[in-house]
Amino acid sequence: MTGQPFPVEAGHIMMFARAIGDETQAHRGETALAPPTFTMASAQYDPDHRLRPRPGEEWFGSGSGPGAMPEGGGGLHAEQHFEYHRPVRAGETLYATTVPGRSWEKQGRTGRLLFSERVTEYRDAAGEPVVSARTVAVVPEGPATPKDAR
Amino acid sequence: MSLSADGIKVGETRESVLVEDLKRTRIVQYAGASGDYNPLHTDERFAIEVAGYPGVFAHGMLTMGMTGRVLTDWVGTEALLTFGVRFKAQVWPGDTLTATATVESVEDTPAGPVAHFSVRTVNQNGAEVVTGIAAARLEP
Repeated sequence: MTGQPFPVEAGHIMMFARAIGDETQAHRGETALAPPTFTMASAQYDPDHRLRPRPGEEWFGSGSGPGAMPEGGGGLHAEQHFEYHRPVRAGETLYATTVPGRSWEKQGRTGRLLFSERVTEYRDAAGEPVVSARTVAVVPEGPATPKDAR
Repeated sequence: MSLSADGIKVGETRESVLVEDLKRTRIVQYAGASGDYNPLHTDERFAIEVAGYPGVFAHGMLTMGMTGRVLTDWVGTEALLTFGVRFKAQVWPGDTLTATATVESVEDTPAGPVAHFSVRTVNQNGAEVVTGIAAARLEP
């Protein structure tokens, strides 16, 4: 199978279910059922994942100083959609392939907003589709500015 | 676990308190589990001094993940066919979130009955933080 291998591990499902506050028995044990948003955690297996600090590489968060906004920083998650072809269980390996989707822009309160989609297909070892995921990100045009207070 | 078509009615709702007084540590817990270590969610100093926010805020995916429980506690994880949301407003430490799922329609498909839901999660001020839709397979 092609795509980034994502071994679905029981311990990982347990940690993820705890983090989202789901303590139901279905998410425990060697053949635990993955919660509906679990495939997002395939980022752990992406060698190029931008949102994970790596030894020997510059990280944009605070250290002795406050850090710096990275190139293309200031983006936010606008929408997330999943289509489930079958449930995901611990013990299997999924293979993730991500392609860019549509992109568009909209006029926001403080300037143009640039939207872009990423579509990720998770397939099983037989090549059958398991989960189709669509992420919409939004980045405000221009330099990052102080944000509205809550 | 799967619901039967007789066991669910259009207009029926379920409400679930997802979290009370959301802690920063909980956001860090989600970062570790998901692999999204964005300092906007994990690094108060960066969030305030560099990004210009009042502080760290929750991953949208933490809110979506928590929101999913109102569906999976009702119909079961295996029955879900689709789940999609829009992130409407940020979720801050200290927030209390309540999710509501509503049956909008029940459709007969060649593969059997399917329930269509709307979902919304609001904070303690009643402001929507997530809205979305989902569909689940029902037992005939």
